[in-house]
Amino acid sequence: MGHLVVMDDSEAQFALTSYSVSLWRQLAPELPSNVEYDPCGTLWLAVDEEEMQEVRRKQAYYSSRNVPVEVLHGEAVKQAEPNLKPGMAGGLLVPGDAVLYPPCAAGFLLRKARASGAELMLGKSVKRCLPEGGVELDDGSKLTAGFSLNATGPWSPCLSPNLPVRKRKGHLVITDRYPGFVRHQIVELGYLKSAHGASKDSVAFNIQPRKNGQMLVGSSRQYGADSNQVDPPILNRMLKRALEYLPGLADLASIRVWTGHRAATPDKLPIIGPSLQSDRIWLATGHEGLGITTSLATGKLVADMLLGRPTAIPAGPYAAARSSPCESTHN
Amino acid sequence: MRVPSGTVVAAAVAIAGESRFRRSVSGEARGPLCGMGTCMECRVTIDGRPHCRSCQTLCAQGMIVQTNE
Repeated sequence: MGHLVVMDDSEAQFALTSYSVSLWRQLAPELPSNVEYDPCGTLWLAVDEEEMQEVRRKQAYYSSRNVPVEVLHGEAVKQAEPNLKPGMAGGLLVPGDAVLYPPCAAGFLLRKARASGAELMLGKSVKRCLPEGGVELDDGSKLTAGFSLNATGPWSPCLSPNLPVRKRKGHLVITDRYPGFVRHQIVELGYLKSAHGASKDSVAFNIQPRKNGQMLVGSSRQYGADSNQVDPPILNRMLKRALEYLPGLADLASIRVWTGHRAATPDKLPIIGPSLQSDRIWLATGHEGLGITTSLATGKLVADMLLGRPTAIPAGPYAAARSSPCESTHN
Repeated sequence: MRVPSGTVVAAAVAIAGESRFRRSVSGEARGPLCGMGTCMECRVTIDGRPHCRSCQTLCAQGMIVQTNE
């Protein structure tokens, strides 16, 4: 969705997201305006005292790792976001987080890659990755290379059988332009419980402002829903949830609704590095809802590992060969 | 301004001499095209509520219309 966020779900997730968010911050001056990089920060919202405990836990976690945060209580949270429903218990502001517009960010990164010699081939699909390096295309021809990298997200198991990646469907709504209606990326703390929820369909409120005043409203999560069709009952649940935080949304116009599929793994960490099939078939997939956030760090990790350079963070937690799930702080 | 009962807001704006009903994303001035509620180019803010189609809204006593946003 374009949210660049430092997450605290596990040490490995924190390491990857904080590394990547700082890479985005370093890249920001180079990004053209259509990428809409906006250091607006994240506001995690607590509706009650139980969620305020979570706010305090997050505050301690981030602060001990040098991520600047600020705890806001009741009235302060309303001042930070005047359109919030009155009576919020408080929240946590993370000013170092940002948002951007992913399609144009991807376009920028692609142009950079091509300027460095990468060749883009359109209108062809890869049938399989070759264990000896390279790929076989759908027309039977082969492209030779030292390695192939499967970064096809929710479709990655098609090229790498038995990969523990499942499609997790989400919905997004984009509104008309209402500049200033929200000022930060706002996320309800229940979002984390939803991203953890094993197989039940779930919704959790979050909203992102765009530079022209349009807002992206999310989110939903469904397994076993492979179609791209908008699912009215879960869309309804998602929007009802949003109205519990921003009741004024009910008076605003939405322009479009669409769906997408995330690539979800059992331990909620991506798979980055050599595959189990062959050391010439590499993987960069399974990023669930943190694809745009962790894209730059993923690229750096792959490049460093391929070239035999030390990585900036340990790459072990994202290895295809890992067997034990990482400890989550939210168990 | 005063207009006869039954006048739509778009007509009132035009009578007032204003041709810039709204601004596009790139800042260009826009005004009504279809006059029948489908093109969305006549949108103005009415009593604080943005994105109202002026060609589909009747003028009312005390109504406040903001254009060129």
